[in-house]
Amino acid sequence: MQLLAQVSSETDLYVAQNIFFAVIAVTMIYAAFRVVTTANVVHAALWLVVVLAGVAVQFLFLGAEFVAVTQVLVYIGAVIVLFLFGVMLTRASMGDDETVAGEKRAMAAIVGVLLFAVMAMALVDSFEDTRVDIDQPQGVTEVSDAIFSQYIVPFEAVSVLLLAALIGAIVVARKD
Amino acid sequence: MTDVAILGELAYWQQTGIRVGAGLAAVLLVAGTLVYLHLFKLVSFMQSRLGPMEAGPFGSLQLLAEVGKFLQKEDIFPRKADRFVFAAAPFVVLMSTFLLVVVVPGGPDAWFINSELGIYLAMAVSSVSVIGILMAGWGSASKYSLLGGLRATGQLIAYELPLILAVMGVVIQAETMNMQGIVQAQADGEIFGWGGIGNPYILTQFVAFVIFMIAMQAELTQTPFDMPIAESELVTGYMTEYSGMRFLLFFIGEFATAGVFSAIASVLFLGGWWAPIPGLEFDDNVWNLLGPIVMVTKVVVLTFIIFWARFSLPRFREDQLQQLAWKVLIPLSLANIVVTAVLKIVF
Repeated sequence: MQLLAQVSSETDLYVAQNIFFAVIAVTMIYAAFRVVTTANVVHAALWLVVVLAGVAVQFLFLGAEFVAVTQVLVYIGAVIVLFLFGVMLTRASMGDDETVAGEKRAMAAIVGVLLFAVMAMALVDSFEDTRVDIDQPQGVTEVSDAIFSQYIVPFEAVSVLLLAALIGAIVVARKD
Repeated sequence: MTDVAILGELAYWQQTGIRVGAGLAAVLLVAGTLVYLHLFKLVSFMQSRLGPMEAGPFGSLQLLAEVGKFLQKEDIFPRKADRFVFAAAPFVVLMSTFLLVVVVPGGPDAWFINSELGIYLAMAVSSVSVIGILMAGWGSASKYSLLGGLRATGQLIAYELPLILAVMGVVIQAETMNMQGIVQAQADGEIFGWGGIGNPYILTQFVAFVIFMIAMQAELTQTPFDMPIAESELVTGYMTEYSGMRFLLFFIGEFATAGVFSAIASVLFLGGWWAPIPGLEFDDNVWNLLGPIVMVTKVVVLTFIIFWARFSLPRFREDQLQQLAWKVLIPLSLANIVVTAVLKIVF
């Protein structure tokens, strides 16, 4: 059972999927612009929720259900909550904060455009016009089989890296 | 399988419509039942009084009167409030509850979604409500609300971990995250070769069950864990500035989430819609009708425990609350996972 409606494999063009993809993509782009243009830090974090929720839905369209749910659990449920928690503990001013963007805006725009160009080029270059058929959602078993057999070494390496970062954060934060 | 056949003939949008209607009923009716049974009557009997008796037989229509009262009240916005964030917050909290109910199965075919991810999906969407609480706390532009919102967030983050880790013991034992699969594993299970009552995981995963119930109490901010809405310090925490309809949404969210979490707990530990009935073998069709009733019974029993604790225990202090989560529940649930995994391999 797929979280989104099953697509019939006979049709070539998935009309409903494409329309929803477009609607969500446009919403995500608008929200992403608001993240960087709004002068209110809390609003920026809330717009980021919209972007990340959009990413989760796009994963669903690709049949990657496990990744989509992990996106919600990790990014919306944990990362954004910690963002908001930190902002509210330190500078929860109502209204706009003029010091947020300031003179770094031009630099940030250039970096953003360059990053977009690199990523777009990498994607276009590696996939060109390959068509990825998604008949079946990716099962949890397949994901776990892949992680714990083929990708076991990178997976463990990333775990150790995260652990090191965690301990590093504690060491840096402690004053004694 | 008659009703399944009927569902099979319907178009996708018609099935979806039925599921949405059933989901609304499952959230609102259960929430109403819990408010009447536990908040109005149980607590009254515990305090040697009758509770509401005027509206309807035994005060059973009191709830409708309360809803009518809340709907008539003025929708007040504080002058400095961030209007949109303030207005949207209760809907975010309630949305998380409605997304949560979709994973709960009510029978072999009476499910909203039968996803392979099941319980994992539930844990993911339940964490979204924290954003709504932070929005309410910040958007109100009030000290009490902000403090309540921050306390709530600290608490919900701390207790989400033992909640998820407790679930992992069950997932390891059932070998699936699918809610139907977990029910089936308990129905087909045997206790030392005797399958009379299946194998409800409350027996083998008792530690996980206790951790889950405690963490659930904290996730619901029910009384021993109600620092976020401590009325003697913070008025009502992040709900302080809300009135009328929006307060009602928070209120419904609180009780509906209690019901939905209890339903998830009953699937994980008590066998969900399945119940052992000696001497009788039902087919799927009977279970589709009987399942929701069994489910609601188990939910009422589990919520009874929640509200019993709520009305009997005094409030934790903030440091005690965090210590319980980080120093007791999380190590205990990690140990439970290790023991379960080892036993799973051995047997």
